[in-house]
Amino acid sequence: MPEEILLMDKITKVYPNGFVANKEVTLSVNKGEIHALMGENGAGKSTLMKILFGIEQAEEGHIYIKGQEVKIGNPLEAIAHGVGMVHQHFMLVPSLTVAENVVLGMEPKKNGLFDFEEAVRITQEAVDKYNLKVDPRSKVEDLPVGFKQKVEIIKALVRGAEILILDEPTAVLTPQETKELFVELKNLRDQGHTIVFIGHKLNEIKELCDRMTVLRLGKSVGKANICDITEQEMSRMMVGRDVILKLEKTPAQPKEAVLKVKDLKIVADSGKTIVNDISFSVRKGEILGVAGVEGNGQSQISEAITGLLSYQNGTITVNDVDIKGKKIRQIRELGVSHVSEDRMTYGVAATSGVKDNVISDRYYKKEFNKGLLLDNKKINDLTDRLIKEFLIKCDDRDSAVKMLSGGNMQKVVVAREFSGNPKVVIANQPTRGIDVGATEFIRKRLVELRDEGAAILLISADLNEVLELSDSLIVMNEGKIAAYIPDASAIDDMELGEYMLGVKKQTPEEIARVAYDK
Amino acid sequence: MTSKQIERRFEVFKTFVAILLALGLAFIVISLVSEDPVEAIKAFLIGPLQRKSRISNIIEVMTPLIFTGTAICIMYQANQFNMVGEGAFLIGANLCTWFVISNTTWSGLPLQVVGILIGILAGVAAAFIPAILKVKFKANEVVSSIMMNYILLKVSDYILYYKMRDVASGQQSSFPIPKQAQLSRPIPGMRLHTGIIIAVIVAVLMYFFIYRTKWGYSIRMVGANENFAKYSGISVLSVAMATQLIGGGIAGMGGAVEMLGRYDRFIWYGMQPGYGFDGILVGVLAKNNPLLVPIAAFFLAYMRTGADAMNRVSDVPVEFVDVVQGLIIMFVAAEMFLSKYKHKLIVNNAKKELAEKEDK
Repeated sequence: MPEEILLMDKITKVYPNGFVANKEVTLSVNKGEIHALMGENGAGKSTLMKILFGIEQAEEGHIYIKGQEVKIGNPLEAIAHGVGMVHQHFMLVPSLTVAENVVLGMEPKKNGLFDFEEAVRITQEAVDKYNLKVDPRSKVEDLPVGFKQKVEIIKALVRGAEILILDEPTAVLTPQETKELFVELKNLRDQGHTIVFIGHKLNEIKELCDRMTVLRLGKSVGKANICDITEQEMSRMMVGRDVILKLEKTPAQPKEAVLKVKDLKIVADSGKTIVNDISFSVRKGEILGVAGVEGNGQSQISEAITGLLSYQNGTITVNDVDIKGKKIRQIRELGVSHVSEDRMTYGVAATSGVKDNVISDRYYKKEFNKGLLLDNKKINDLTDRLIKEFLIKCDDRDSAVKMLSGGNMQKVVVAREFSGNPKVVIANQPTRGIDVGATEFIRKRLVELRDEGAAILLISADLNEVLELSDSLIVMNEGKIAAYIPDASAIDDMELGEYMLGVKKQTPEEIARVAYDK
Repeated sequence: MTSKQIERRFEVFKTFVAILLALGLAFIVISLVSEDPVEAIKAFLIGPLQRKSRISNIIEVMTPLIFTGTAICIMYQANQFNMVGEGAFLIGANLCTWFVISNTTWSGLPLQVVGILIGILAGVAAAFIPAILKVKFKANEVVSSIMMNYILLKVSDYILYYKMRDVASGQQSSFPIPKQAQLSRPIPGMRLHTGIIIAVIVAVLMYFFIYRTKWGYSIRMVGANENFAKYSGISVLSVAMATQLIGGGIAGMGGAVEMLGRYDRFIWYGMQPGYGFDGILVGVLAKNNPLLVPIAAFFLAYMRTGADAMNRVSDVPVEFVDVVQGLIIMFVAAEMFLSKYKHKLIVNNAKKELAEKEDK
């Protein structure tokens, strides 16, 4: 009989906006197993784990660790109970070394001063014990993503974590890095640690985990031993229906290049070159995907094209109009629309209503004004039409956007950005962190826009999304284009991974094909 | 009921609880310091309504507060925390006075209109300096505007002392404001003047400006999320500049109206009348909505008048009202005040909705 190390019993969590994220969820984890917590985006997995780690407080329910009921009010208490968490977005100080990050908050001292050598020793000990190969003396900012993740794991282990929570750890990794991570995690399990693995990719869970609990719409809908269940059964439990999502898409009919980027160079304030002399074009009627590990210059490219970020060198033209020095409004009037990767910062004004959020790019136009005043009737009509067309679930057009779920919030963004008859669409992580229904909807709309003749630049860290949606794609590595693949359906994800990691690189001639200048 | 409705009702509820709590605490203080607390509290609560002169006084005190409160609303809607209201009010009053006493030959209406216009321009100019420092050099407008207030105070003193002082009056005051420049007092036996009408019109116009025009929309979006506004193509810097200038102008206008309505000489030498900072309280109570400003100003003016009445019949000093004011602003401004209670409401409501859905 395996020993139950963790029991979360009938947990209910309501967020301040009234959203019920968890409803009487029960999770039972045995010692020494890798337990998958599965579910679509928005199913409540992350919330449940935040409760376990003390970041959020549950309204109802009990948590038992090794049979003892515990109250976890903050992450420090969670750590004291042997719970460690590796977040999706790393919580590391980039300018410090690995060893300094590992001991942060529990620094070893000698004569009252920080003892760096001791920190290195502590880190090295963990590195050897768990076979997580990373150099304690290297600076975190110089490490690739996969290694940063190892640092996070070591950090948790050094603090005595017996239960390790990993929140979608593979989302930021290339296929090769994922393989390596799985070996390390299995090794940790064999040494007696318990791992809760949050994810929604079936093949990964099948490969790695022992048992699983499935959440759907905030409720636990099932649990099973992984070896007793097929992928089909898993997906049915997770989505609640039998289909595997596959986008219907006709082949693209690309026309002339609309967006042209030539010799673009972006240098950060720190002096680091983020985007290094790249050139590409997006043609009318195609979706050009940008694949790459996050932080290889993709975000900066989208911000430069939309006028949010200034660039040092190169030219960007939209229908042969140079956008250098143009105001954001002028660029938008050229027909450029932008779905930002950072919904809460750029995409919406969360405290304002749906109406105020969908008109922000057009409120000043003649058609929405009557004399000195805004034409409320026209604005209301537009808002109601967009709510209907984009299936935005809200009480009414004045509901504050912060009251909506992530998926509906993103639909508000998309409703605005897709409805202004755009010629160029910059879609940066358009479906990140939103539920399956909204994801499907937004992807469909992107393809529709393409068929209507828009040029679409799709940036996504989700490999499946890039492969499924793009007609052609470029791969970014360290601020440069590593490869151009004219036919996105002709490449598999392993090969893509090699380009992303910089192991493989095309010749300059091959890459230059994406410029499409005659 | 939706969470949105709960949220909205809760805001109203919170303001009332804050006022009640503050008053409750004030009464405890009164009971501690006063020999006859019942009489004192009575005078404070119903005193303002007992005499015609006091009712008039409420409206007189309200008037400048509506101007400075509205000025604050406009600036705070765009998250521009410019504190120059105080200085703008003072310099508006000062320059308006200087103008009207230098042009005593003009007839009434043009003198009043140009006098008030000068007040507006003075306020705009006063706000311009912190505003341009913020927009061009990212200087924090809170600090620079407070510093600006000192400069404006000294400029006002200088003009009073060297340009318009009536040596014969025996105190630091200007020459008398000509009769025809003074605003009329429409109700016989009451000192209240037509300035209140101007004030309410300004508040209502500003409400329409903020909530119904495209300029107001851009102001609100900058206030709600500056990054979002920028990303949507709104020029954040122009909005920051414009709101501060408008705010300064309204405060300056308030100074001019106050002068022409209530005073026969400019007498603020070496002192700030304090309406600029009271305007912040009014703005906070009104939740930055100009339409609620007259109500908030009325409330404050009523308390002031009540404190005055109480002072006459009891041993409680007028300053006690400052204590109450401080308490109210603390409770209203405290975001988390009663938040646990609110969360409980929302949780219960969400559960009920969920149960209803499952019943179907």
